Amino acid sequence: MSSLRDALAAGLLAAALALPAWAQGKFPNIGRDATPAEVAAWDIDVRPDLQGLPAGSGSVDDGQDLWEARCATCHGIFGESNAVFNPLVGGTSADDIKSGHVANLQRPDYPGRTTFMKLPTVSTLWDYIRRAMPWDNPKSLSTNEVYAATAYLLHLADIVPADFVLSDKNMAEVQQKLPNRKGMTTQHALWPGNEFGAGKLKPDTQASACMKDCGGAPTISSELPAHARNVWGNLREQNRTVGPQRGADTTRPEGKLGDAAGPVKVVGPAGEDSPHARAIALTQQLGCTGCHNMQGKLVGPSFADIAQKYAGKTDYLQSKIRAGGSGVWGDTPMPPQDAPAADIKLIAEWLAAGGGK
Amino acid sequence: MTDIELQPAPASMTRGSVRKAPENFLTQADIRAIQTGGAGAGRRGFLRDVFAAALAGGAATQALAQPAAATGEGDPAILKLPRHSTSLGQPVAAHPYGQPSQYEGNVQRRQSPGLTQTNQASVSFAPIQSLFGIVTPNGLHFERHHQGWWDIDPQQHRFMVNGLVKSPKVFTMDELMRLPAVSRFHFIECGANTGMNWGNVAVPTAQYTHGMLSCCEYTGVPLITLLEMAGADLKKGKFILAEGADGSSMTRTIPIELVKSGEVLVAWGQNGEMLRPENGYPLRLVVPGMQGVSWVKYLRRVELGDQPWATKDEAVHYIDLMPDGQHRQYTSIQECKSVISTPSGGQVLLATGFYNITGLAWSGRGKIKRVDVSVDGGRNWRSARLEAPVLDKCLTRFNIDWVWDGKPAIVQSRAMDETGYVQPSYKQLRAVRGSRSIYHNNAIQSWLVQENGEVKNVQLA
Repeated sequence: MSSLRDALAAGLLAAALALPAWAQGKFPNIGRDATPAEVAAWDIDVRPDLQGLPAGSGSVDDGQDLWEARCATCHGIFGESNAVFNPLVGGTSADDIKSGHVANLQRPDYPGRTTFMKLPTVSTLWDYIRRAMPWDNPKSLSTNEVYAATAYLLHLADIVPADFVLSDKNMAEVQQKLPNRKGMTTQHALWPGNEFGAGKLKPDTQASACMKDCGGAPTISSELPAHARNVWGNLREQNRTVGPQRGADTTRPEGKLGDAAGPVKVVGPAGEDSPHARAIALTQQLGCTGCHNMQGKLVGPSFADIAQKYAGKTDYLQSKIRAGGSGVWGDTPMPPQDAPAADIKLIAEWLAAGGGK
Repeated sequence: MTDIELQPAPASMTRGSVRKAPENFLTQADIRAIQTGGAGAGRRGFLRDVFAAALAGGAATQALAQPAAATGEGDPAILKLPRHSTSLGQPVAAHPYGQPSQYEGNVQRRQSPGLTQTNQASVSFAPIQSLFGIVTPNGLHFERHHQGWWDIDPQQHRFMVNGLVKSPKVFTMDELMRLPAVSRFHFIECGANTGMNWGNVAVPTAQYTHGMLSCCEYTGVPLITLLEMAGADLKKGKFILAEGADGSSMTRTIPIELVKSGEVLVAWGQNGEMLRPENGYPLRLVVPGMQGVSWVKYLRRVELGDQPWATKDEAVHYIDLMPDGQHRQYTSIQECKSVISTPSGGQVLLATGFYNITGLAWSGRGKIKRVDVSVDGGRNWRSARLEAPVLDKCLTRFNIDWVWDGKPAIVQSRAMDETGYVQPSYKQLRAVRGSRSIYHNNAIQSWLVQENGEVKNVQLA
């Protein structure tokens, strides 16, 4: 026994001595080796050279079904919606696919910039859908579903035909058809390393520090229009109540010098001391605010509209939040809310009581 | 909401507000309380408070009319001892984690209405117009979330290093916090800070023009230490990818040069406490001088590689549109910039006379060397005092004396860093980059002080 133990000990010692210096290093017993399964679980990034892209495929057709079920709520059936996020598709042409430059990016009058007007690499789109989509349930798509969603988008952007099947085998080829694949440059001074080989590029502005009689008399070319005076709320309530100046009372027209010395309202953190503060906080924590605004329609109706329609109906609101559903306010479904009953009750009570602060 | 104007508050809370006549303080409920409250200290105390409040209100009206001189026997704020001088105050640890004065309730983070369509992929701005020195209080540090914030259990959080390393490693928070930590002050600025001013004036206050900016003492371990522990190949490895653990799993490419220099930190501390959840608790990357999006929050993984990744936020967003239609990609450095915070847009000067103009200057390329201030729209400049400390890739506070004569004035600041780079005017910046970009606007900010004391955000031709 003892000889066996000795032999084992000697073996362990030898193994320890055989470990290269980096394994033990300066900080013994801190950190451990990651298992291959652990690395695979987290190492999901895909680079433009397609390193990291897993095998798989998805068709435009499959992508369309998936899109309507999981993506259209935020992005519109044709990737054109501007309701929640900027439009994904539009603004590109067949000529752009030939040249690799999106012509509309040179037009100051062109109203917006869609994802496909900017996108230089398919890997970027594929990687982002895989890691972050759908927005409220990220990383829930299978590899083939990510291919299908990407294929559908590429079709909407007129890059691939309706019968196309995107896969790890043909993605490099598709990447060569992106309208803005040549639209990027790294030749600038705002990268803090030399990794792009740009060398030491100089900053693009070379201002000098003139001290006396510089330039001409100043002319104001831009300021906020008078009608926007109170758009950000009363600026009086957004400044300290003591000190050399106060916030301007933007609920009133401009006054005379010294008018601002009167009392200043202290608003405090929003809703902090409200009886419904916990319910309002829960609507954020549980993700309700992804689809519902306090005022005004987002994906779903506003809390104010819900509160008005279901005043006093705590029980109904509780069951609705728990079960989800669609049809009352439109076709977009509300997913069931899997939260503690007490939390759901608080939100229902808050809405039934008017949904105020 | 606290609305102290409308409540019959005790005398100590009136703060010189103009109050109505005493009888107007008594609601029906108050009158009932007095009538049914019975004789004794409680009832007398209530009445005393109400009338003291009224007295203070009257005095405040006088003080407003003649702010500089005491009238009659003197200032009631001096002559009449307030309750906080004549009664017992709060016990220790009444607020175990502490909170600001109730009178500081207006100093808070805010969203700009209409800027984003959802609250989870959005931003809140730090109230830089109301802060002192260079440190941003943790509760006011600006927020930028891409898929909503989380309060992650640190016991369950893991950090992984993989890629071009001999052996991929996993660390727990306990293990990371055993390593020799460093603490450094740095600014963090969103690449889109001041983006709403690129084309024209679009927001009123310094909070909305420059408030995607904060500065803290961050505590953590240099990333290079962790890479070396994993046996990193720093010859082949030219870039790292940092990745977050939240829904978006935010990913950004960072140059190995910065990592090698030791300045990139894997950080858990912020101003002496753990990071706040809104700022990435329990772990975030600190990348001094680079735009905030690279300071990946909820950091779960760093991969070493030989190519950049072109992730969504470095191929579709955080790219700079040039007039010729090309986008500049991987633009990351926050160039030298400054802003006057007092006086600034949306504020009103109360009177003519002396003011200390003060503001903040910073550079992603190093230390601030000089800040010049103009009160005539950039025709003439004077160099301001730089307040110590002046640190690398950190906010620097500047001050300069000004006697305002009541005439319109356009105040501006212009910073210079240790590389000799001078902050450009809008004219100079637009001459190169046009006006359709969103990111990296570091142009000189102009505030117009009008004759009525109101300060406005303006741009000059």
